Amino acid sequence: MTFLQTLKMKAGFGTDGLTKRKTVTFGDTSAVADGRMWSILSVFVLSVAWYMGSALELVNPIFWPAPSAVWEQFTYISQEGYRNFSLWEHIWASLYRILVGFALGCLIGIPLGFAMGLSQLMRGWFDPIVEFFRPIPPLAFIPLVIIWSGIGERSKILLLFFAALWIMVIAARAGVGSVKLSKIHAAYSLGATRKQILYYVILPNSLPEIFTGMRVAMGICWGTVVAAELVAAESGVGFMIMAASKFLATDIVVLGVIIVGLIGYAIDILMRKLEAKLIPWKGKA
Amino acid sequence: MSDLVVNDVSMVFETPTGEQVHALHDVSFSLKQGELLSILGPSGCGKSTLLNIIAGFLAPTKGTVSLASTELHGPGSDRGMVFQQGALFEWMTVAENIAFGPQMKGTPKAEIDATVNHLLETVGLQDFGDKPIYELSGGMQQRVALARCLANDPDVILMDEPLGALDALTREKMQSLVLKLWKETGKTIILITHSVEEALFLGEKLFVMAPRPGRIKKQYSLPFADAGLTQNPREIKASPDFIKTREEILSMIWEMEEEIMGLAATGTGG
Ligand SMILES: Nc1ncnc2c1ncn2[C@@H]1O[C@H](COP(=O)(O)OP(=O)(O)OP(=O)(O)O)[C@@H](O)[C@H]1O
Ligand SMILES: [Mg+2]
Repeated sequence: MTFLQTLKMKAGFGTDGLTKRKTVTFGDTSAVADGRMWSILSVFVLSVAWYMGSALELVNPIFWPAPSAVWEQFTYISQEGYRNFSLWEHIWASLYRILVGFALGCLIGIPLGFAMGLSQLMRGWFDPIVEFFRPIPPLAFIPLVIIWSGIGERSKILLLFFAALWIMVIAARAGVGSVKLSKIHAAYSLGATRKQILYYVILPNSLPEIFTGMRVAMGICWGTVVAAELVAAESGVGFMIMAASKFLATDIVVLGVIIVGLIGYAIDILMRKLEAKLIPWKGKA
Repeated sequence: MSDLVVNDVSMVFETPTGEQVHALHDVSFSLKQGELLSILGPSGCGKSTLLNIIAGFLAPTKGTVSLASTELHGPGSDRGMVFQQGALFEWMTVAENIAFGPQMKGTPKAEIDATVNHLLETVGLQDFGDKPIYELSGGMQQRVALARCLANDPDVILMDEPLGALDALTREKMQSLVLKLWKETGKTIILITHSVEEALFLGEKLFVMAPRPGRIKKQYSLPFADAGLTQNPREIKASPDFIKTREEILSMIWEMEEEIMGLAATGTGG
């Protein structure tokens, strides 16, 4: 490869030898490189547009602040905190709620999904419950949850648990359903017991589906926690946004929004990395 | 000795629409320990159904299967199964796949390691023990499947088109491997195949099955499997005896296929 080609590959245009020889690329998704250079460019263009927009005073800073104002708020809040808590405490408050709610959702949802995939009684019993609650947005339960357990940690964790639960139930059930009968038969013929088949065959076989479910659940939880904090909380990134909006402090609002986006993005990248490491066989069976 | 006896086995499937499919009708035969039986027959004549009944995954509507004079109910580690493909565990390495049976039984680790190493060598994969399954070619994967089955030391090995997904050359090499393993281990083997040549070359006994209802139409006793252990496979397959029997069976299967086609044609036409 020439230097230029290497550079292009690194930049995410992916013209490796094979792709270059392909005459059909429209519709062949494997021939579509990730175009990292375009990503960088798009972020750059948007940033410049934002900067120019505020420098030329095209928008009222009350509606949309200048990047410098957001940056100033960031440096200030990260040193001085906001409303009794440091910036990191706000971020951690949101993250903590998600992690606990998400973990509980997995802890209950995965075994429940397995049971529903493996037993007629469990499937029949829980099917109407799962199918009824699944389409309801978790935020619809906020009023109830607040009545039950106030605006403390418990109400938000309960809400996130709800958000993650149904997704994980369905993912685990799909995972059980994806196991090839010949694998189960082979395991029985090799003398495995039911318990061993569950642990050594069904569980690992359903990991790809479970992981996909976890990624979806994480996304939903992150969105739900911010929304829940908007309604009722004393800390958290959502609370920051809400409190700032009452004083028309759009710079803090936008700072909050950026933090939410960045952390959500980071979580998904992390989970994708983890997936590649834990389930190297995914898509190769 | 562990003889396998299939006695008067019938299988009637009932489809959701209430239709009855006679997949097997009064099938009886017995195999002595160490015999190699191959089964041929047109598609849908009940070969897989028969194998699944022997393996214990299906209960016949009538009749019994027994091994060493004990009637069989359900699957067990005395009967190993080799599937066409996709029955290996992708989340385990080659060695872990082979070790699966003994591990489930709680065999001591040193003993398992010895078995696995020996089997890796037997199937020619000594350098692939640590490799994940998905990095292996189709032929290699089937060798792992064979080794995994052997690691469990079953009395009977059941194979449902084990080489069906392989290319011609790999397939011939695998046939020789099956013969070698059969001789070395003295296992009873039942092998289902769609290749007449393969059935003739590997089978000591050969059943040709007929459909509707599924039954054994003709039985052969063959000399080629024994010869295949010492002689060049290509020569055996080119010998006049081999070709004569092959043609006889081929035309028998062709006739059956044509009958099925004819039935189907009149069925849809009328
Ligand atoms: N679960 C089932 N329900 C209803 N009918 C079935 C079922 N399984 C098999 N059959 C029918 O039983 C007959 C025998 O099927 P089987 O799979 O044993 O055939 P086969 O000889 O293995 O065919 P092939 O060579 O295509 O693998 C077929 O007519 C099939 O449609
Ligand atoms: Mg079949």
